[in-house]
Amino acid sequence: MTIRTTMTAGLAALVLGTGAAAADPVTVGLITTLSGGGAGIGTDIRDGFQLALDMNGGDSIHLVVEDDGRRPEQAVQIADRMIQAEHAQILTGIIWSNLAMAVIPAVTAQEVFYISPNAGPSALAGAGCNPYYFNAAWQNDMLHEAAGAYASEHGMNHTFILAPNYPAGTDALTGFKRRYTGEIAGEIYTQLGQTDYAAEIAQIRASGADSVFIFLPGGMGISFVRQYAQSGVDLPLISTAFTVGQDSLPGMGEAALGVVNAGQWSPDLDNEANHAFVTAFREAYGRTPSLYASQAFDTANLILSAVAAADVNDHEAFRAALRAADFASVRGAFRFGNNQHPIQNVYMREVVNADGEITNRLLGLAIADYQDVFASECPMQ
Amino acid sequence: MSAALFFEQLLNGLQFGLMLFLMSAGLTLVFGVMGLINLAHGSLYMLGAFFCAAAASATGNFWLGLIAGTAAAAAAGALIETAILRRLYTRDHLDQVLATYALILILTEGTKIVFGPFPLYLNTPTLLQGTVNLGLTEYPLYRLALIGFGLAVALGLSLLITRTRLGIRIRAGENDREMIAALGVNIRALYTLVFALGAGLAGLAGALVGAVQAVQVGMGEPVLILAFVVIVIGGIGSIKGAMVGALLVGIIDTMGRFLLPRAFGLFLDPSQATVVGAALASMLIYLLMALILVLRPQGLFPAHA
Repeated sequence: MTIRTTMTAGLAALVLGTGAAAADPVTVGLITTLSGGGAGIGTDIRDGFQLALDMNGGDSIHLVVEDDGRRPEQAVQIADRMIQAEHAQILTGIIWSNLAMAVIPAVTAQEVFYISPNAGPSALAGAGCNPYYFNAAWQNDMLHEAAGAYASEHGMNHTFILAPNYPAGTDALTGFKRRYTGEIAGEIYTQLGQTDYAAEIAQIRASGADSVFIFLPGGMGISFVRQYAQSGVDLPLISTAFTVGQDSLPGMGEAALGVVNAGQWSPDLDNEANHAFVTAFREAYGRTPSLYASQAFDTANLILSAVAAADVNDHEAFRAALRAADFASVRGAFRFGNNQHPIQNVYMREVVNADGEITNRLLGLAIADYQDVFASECPMQ
Repeated sequence: MSAALFFEQLLNGLQFGLMLFLMSAGLTLVFGVMGLINLAHGSLYMLGAFFCAAAASATGNFWLGLIAGTAAAAAAGALIETAILRRLYTRDHLDQVLATYALILILTEGTKIVFGPFPLYLNTPTLLQGTVNLGLTEYPLYRLALIGFGLAVALGLSLLITRTRLGIRIRAGENDREMIAALGVNIRALYTLVFALGAGLAGLAGALVGAVQAVQVGMGEPVLILAFVVIVIGGIGSIKGAMVGALLVGIIDTMGRFLLPRAFGLFLDPSQATVVGAALASMLIYLLMALILVLRPQGLFPAHA
């Protein structure tokens, strides 16, 4: 145990009076990307999580934050250290599916809880589901499925689809096609981290498509959307909140206006918890929260609700408390399915200029009360 | 496949190649003249883009941003050369690689601390927005301008090397640095100047490309790898080699991304063809580099042939 943890624990004991063993704060390890490309997303995850702790007093949780630099081997080392040296009882924070696949199975094998605020690879939602693993956001395919459903319902039947050539990219296009009833006008896998899309946009121009679906998170999306806007190709662009979220929109500017995208949350989603969250986040950090920040905020509140209801060392009771999801989520009501992934609404949003800020506005419901398709392969009840 | 699409892809390859040339020209000059392997060249590209974006959003003028980005990268280059790299010329390449790798980490995190972790916004100048009709196809005006820019810089650089006193010194420095020092040329100042010139070119490329791509921390490293491929293909130290290498890489990469998935589509089902084609297309320029290394290890136009 480090000096820091000991001191926090000691302070908490002093504040809460003597003999209160249950008042020992639960150590939560947050591993996320805070350096290099993708640091913006990690910053949103960290800030969203911290905000939930700050708004709730937060002395029931001792938070340890570390940077994974987007490298799987580094994330694995940090997870080991957090469990062995810091005695973390809950881990969270990972953004990328490849890092999640490297870390989560090893963590749950040691009977430590992992609550994902983002990555939801299909391998961990189906046959590989685990009682110690919860996903507080979605299974990877879910938002793309909603985008596919939207495209079909809005008369698009000749869509050109594009994603980077890595597992989450193939999941995205597979997810889109699962609920899409039209015909695919063309399908391109680009390089991960690619920054120039002239060659792809030329093919879109020549394809005779009636719409374009993209999954290009982070800088890739910023590059594509701006180049697309300049290209003179004027087909409607459909995407998900990963590509045109609040983390990327300032970098896209007006080029992103009108892009329709799927998300389980939107900054203007009308519920009490969300109003409080968006207001407090803007006040604390001076920017509008992204989807990632909303997910981290929910993850922290989920953990807080379970910590208040059960002792983390009583694994069965704590797991039951997590499964209850007894907190006011900023996405509105949701519940966990048998594979401990959310069953929830997914909405369509549109990028608009709201009083000078490029942001998302809710268009309507895309799919209601939806459970991922892998849940049936999970043996847990 | 129509002729229009093929023509548009050729233009895309040309434009990509010319931007790569701006990057590789500085890298190859620094290596040729000073014998220095500079891994931090990509960070100078990033600095160019960040300073351009910051200055353009502060002044509302893209061209002022372009000047600011180029000047900031050149100044950073001069500073790095005099403060750090000057001590490394006599060391072996491994020490240079270690020191300049450390510079990547410092400049990347420094940029994040100063400008924040979120990508910056940089738009194309109003003058160069929209598309032009080239007969066969519509083409974005800004990309056409990038081609013009790249060609103009290439021409200027070749005149500088072949027609000016500075150029004579640079070429002499490549051949025999002791001798030109003995002839009374201030070799230290020459090195600083060459390094700043290379850094400025990288900054210019970053600023120009930043108007169509994400201006974000870490944007320099993928381009740095391509620039190394270019100078290995072209021949280390040669400006002409950098030009030919950059155009080869630009056109082959673009055409590979475009044609390979189609080629595989002839005998695989479409979904598989796009995955296999995309994977092979991303390897294509490295295969080219390997081929060149086997057939002509010194590159196509070696400086010391």
